[in-house]
Amino acid sequence: MLLYILKRLVYVTPVAFGVSVVCFLLVHLAPGDPLSAVLPADATQATIDEMRAAYGFDKPLPVQYAIWLWHVLHGDLGISIATGRPVLGEVSRAVVNSLILASVATVIGFTFGTLFGFVAGYHRNSLADRAASALSVFGVSVPHYWLGMVLVIVFSATLGWLPPTGAGPDGSGNWRPDFDHLRYLILPAVTMSVIPMGIIARTVRALVADILSQDFVEALRAKGLDERGVFRHVVRNAAPTALAIMGLQLGYLLGGSILVETVFAWPGTGFLLNAAIFQRDLPLLQGSILVLAMFFVVLNLLVDVMQTALDPRIERA
Amino acid sequence: MLFSLTKFGARLALAGALVVSASTAALAQGTLRIGMTASDIPLTTGQTDNGGEGMRFLGYTVYDGLINWDLSSAELASDLVPGLATSWGVDAADKTKWTFKLRPGVKFHDGSDFSADAVVWNLDKLLKADAPQYDPRQSAQGKTRIPAVASYRVVDPLTVEFITKAPDATLPYQIAWIMMSSPAQWEKLGKSWDAFAKQPSGTGPWKLTLFAPRERAEMVPFKEYWDANRVPKLDKLVLIPLPEANARTAALRSGQVDWIEAPAPDSVASLKGAGFTIVTNAYPHNWTWHLSRVEGSPWNDVRVRKAANLAIDRDGLKELLGGLAIPAKGFMPPGHQWFGHPTFDVKYDPDSARKLLAEAGYSPAKPLKLKVAISASGSGQMQPLPMNEFVQQNLAEVGIQVDYEVVEWNTLINIWRAGAKADISRGVSAINYSYFIQDPFTGFIRHLQCNFAPPNGTNWGYYCDPAMDKLFDQARNAFDKAEQTSVLEKIHEKYVDDALFVMITHDVNPRAMSPKVKGFVQAQNWFQDFSKITIATAGR
Repeated sequence: MLLYILKRLVYVTPVAFGVSVVCFLLVHLAPGDPLSAVLPADATQATIDEMRAAYGFDKPLPVQYAIWLWHVLHGDLGISIATGRPVLGEVSRAVVNSLILASVATVIGFTFGTLFGFVAGYHRNSLADRAASALSVFGVSVPHYWLGMVLVIVFSATLGWLPPTGAGPDGSGNWRPDFDHLRYLILPAVTMSVIPMGIIARTVRALVADILSQDFVEALRAKGLDERGVFRHVVRNAAPTALAIMGLQLGYLLGGSILVETVFAWPGTGFLLNAAIFQRDLPLLQGSILVLAMFFVVLNLLVDVMQTALDPRIERA
Repeated sequence: MLFSLTKFGARLALAGALVVSASTAALAQGTLRIGMTASDIPLTTGQTDNGGEGMRFLGYTVYDGLINWDLSSAELASDLVPGLATSWGVDAADKTKWTFKLRPGVKFHDGSDFSADAVVWNLDKLLKADAPQYDPRQSAQGKTRIPAVASYRVVDPLTVEFITKAPDATLPYQIAWIMMSSPAQWEKLGKSWDAFAKQPSGTGPWKLTLFAPRERAEMVPFKEYWDANRVPKLDKLVLIPLPEANARTAALRSGQVDWIEAPAPDSVASLKGAGFTIVTNAYPHNWTWHLSRVEGSPWNDVRVRKAANLAIDRDGLKELLGGLAIPAKGFMPPGHQWFGHPTFDVKYDPDSARKLLAEAGYSPAKPLKLKVAISASGSGQMQPLPMNEFVQQNLAEVGIQVDYEVVEWNTLINIWRAGAKADISRGVSAINYSYFIQDPFTGFIRHLQCNFAPPNGTNWGYYCDPAMDKLFDQARNAFDKAEQTSVLEKIHEKYVDDALFVMITHDVNPRAMSPKVKGFVQAQNWFQDFSKITIATAGR
C-alpha cells in the first residue's frame, strides 16, 4: 500500500507541472489587457507602459512563466493587480469559504443522492424508482443558477425567511457555524447540491441494479444471508465507485460554481474567479486556477488511495 | 474540516426549524446598507479605483480634495466648491502660477493636522516616483487626472503654489480629483499602504471602521468634520459589493440592503410596485457613437452625421429602457450649464434624414454600409446590445446599413485608446462609447483636440479642426468663471451643430431604495453626498 501511495505521488509531479503550464498559458491566451480594468480608461500610454513594466508584463512569456513558477515554488502566488493584495491570501480565504459551501452541498447531495439511488436500484420500475429517477434527472438537468434565482425569489424576496446574498451578517471574516451564519449558507448549499445529488443518484441506481443482478448476490441469499447482510455487501461493492464520483463532485464544488457563487455573492473561489476574469487580473486568475487544479490532483490521489483501501483488487490491477 | 459534521448537522436541523420564524435581523437605527455594482471594495487609500463608483463611495466619503463638488442640489448641475482649500486663484501676471489658500484647523481622522506639507506629500505620493510615500497603485489612478501640473511647493503652512505646464483655467477641475490621505497615519502604520488600506485616515465626513475585501466596508461619521453642515446623520454606512444585478435586486427586496446602485431596467417596475423608491436624475454621462474622421470615413460628410442623428427615435429607445434614459439633445444632457444654444435640433426626423442622405448619394436602395464596434456590456454602457439593435433598425429605415463588431468591454477600451487607424479597431468607422463628461477636459477637450489623437490621447476618431482647437485654447485661458462658461457653451454648440458625434442618450444614474431611506438628494453628478441621509424607523 505504501509503495502504491509513493508511486502515485511520483505520478503527481509531471501532472502538477503540466497543470502549471496550462493554467499560465490559458490566461495569457485570453483576449484583453490585464491593466485595462485597473487603470483609468484615459490613462496615458506612458502610465500604461510604466504599470506593464512594474508587473513584468513587458517580458517575454517564457521568462514571465519562469519567474512565476519560481515564486510559486516558494509559496508566493504573486500580487493581485486589481486589489494589490497577495494572491495567496485572497485564494486561501476564498477556498475556505468554498470549502464550507462545498462540504455542506456534498453532504446534502451525497445523502439524498445515495438514498434516491438505493431506493431506485432496489425497487426498479416501481413508482419510487420513477420518482427518484425523475428527481435525479431534474438534479443534473436544471441550470443551477436558475434554481438559485428561483430559491431567492421564493425564500428571500417573497417569504423573507433567508438572506439572499453574502456569507454572514458581518461577512465571512468571523464565520462560525451558528444560526446567524448558517442562514446564509442554506440557499447556496441547496442550489449547489442538486447536481451531485442527481449524478450520485443515477450512478448508485445503476450500480445497485447491476450488483443485485450478479451471481454472488444469489449465492449469498442461497447461503441464507438475510437482506440486511446482502445490503451490506451491496453497499461495500457500490462504495468505491460512488466514492470516486463523490470525490470528483467535491472537486467541482470546491472550484466553486462561478454562477451560483455570483448569484448568492458567496465569497468563494467561483466569486473570486468571476471577478478575476472580468478584471483580467492575471496573477489572481493564475493563482486561483493553479490552487484549484492542485485540489483536483490531490483529491484524485486521495480518492484513489481510499478506493484501493476499500477494494484491494484495484491495487493489484 | 473546520467543524464536526455531526455538530454541524444538528445545527443545520436547528436552522431549518427556526428558519420559518426567522426574519431579517433588526439593525441599529440609522444604518444605511448599500449594494454596489463593484465586485470589490474600491481602493481605500485615497486615490481610489473603480471609476466613478469608487470615488463616490471611498473617495468623497473618507477623503476631501482641495476643491470638492457641490452635491447639495438635485435641480442644478453641480459645480466646484471650496474643500480643503478656502480659495484659489491664478497669478495676474503669470497665468501658469496658482495659489491655493488652505482651510485652517482641519484634522485628519487620526487627529493629525492638515497643512500645506500634507498637500505636497500627497502630490508626491502620485507624481514623484522616488518619494518614500510614492504609491504606484494610487499614482496609476491619480496621475492622469492632473496633466496640467508641472510643479508645486509649500509657500507657508496654509498656502500651496502650483505651476502648470501652460496656462490652464481647467486646473481646479483637475485638482478636484486629488484626495488627501494622512501622512501621519501612513508613518504610524510603518509606512505601508497595505496597512493604511485597512486603517485609512482622511479628512472626509466618514471614517472607515471595517474593511473586509470583496465583502463589506463599514463607516461611521467623523464628528469633528470641518463642515458642520455635512457631518453625517446616520450611525453607520455599510457598503457591500454585489456585482450581479439580480443579486442586488434580491438583496434589496429581502431587506438585506436598503439601497442598490443600478437596478436592472426590467426589475424597476416590480420594485416600484413593491413600494421601493427609484431615484434618478440627469448627470454628466452620455451614450454616443464616437465617429472616425480618418481619410475615407463616410462620417467626414456632415450630411451623413446629421442624417444619423435625425434617424434615431430616442423616445422609443427610452421606452425600451423602461423610461430610464434622457433622450439626447446634444453631447451634454439638456439643461447643462454648458449646453448653450445650438442651432441643429437633435430630434427624430427620418424624412429629413433620408433627404440629407440622398444629397450625400445614399438611399434605402443604395444604402451606406458601416461597421461599428460595440460592447456586450460595460461600465456606463447601459444595455448596449438591445440599444444598438434599436439604433441599427432606425438607421436601416433611412438607408444606413450597420454591421456590428461586438467585442468585450475591455477590448473596446483598448480600441478606444488605440484609435480608429489601429489594427485593433478592425476598420470600424465608429465605436459605441459612453462618456464621463463632468469637467471641460473629460467633457470636451480629450475627445477632439488635434494633438490628443492616439497615442497622445483619446481623440479616437483623429478629428482635427483648428477652429475647435482655438476654442479649447480659449477655454484653457478663460480664468473668469462666466467667460469660461461662455466658451464652453460655444464648444458645445459646435459639437452639436457640426454633429460631431451620433448623440443618442444619457443615463439617469438609477438607484433603488427602501422607502425608509430619507433625505437623499441625488446630485447631478457621478459622486453623491450621504451626509443628510437618515433611516426612518418604520417602513420596509
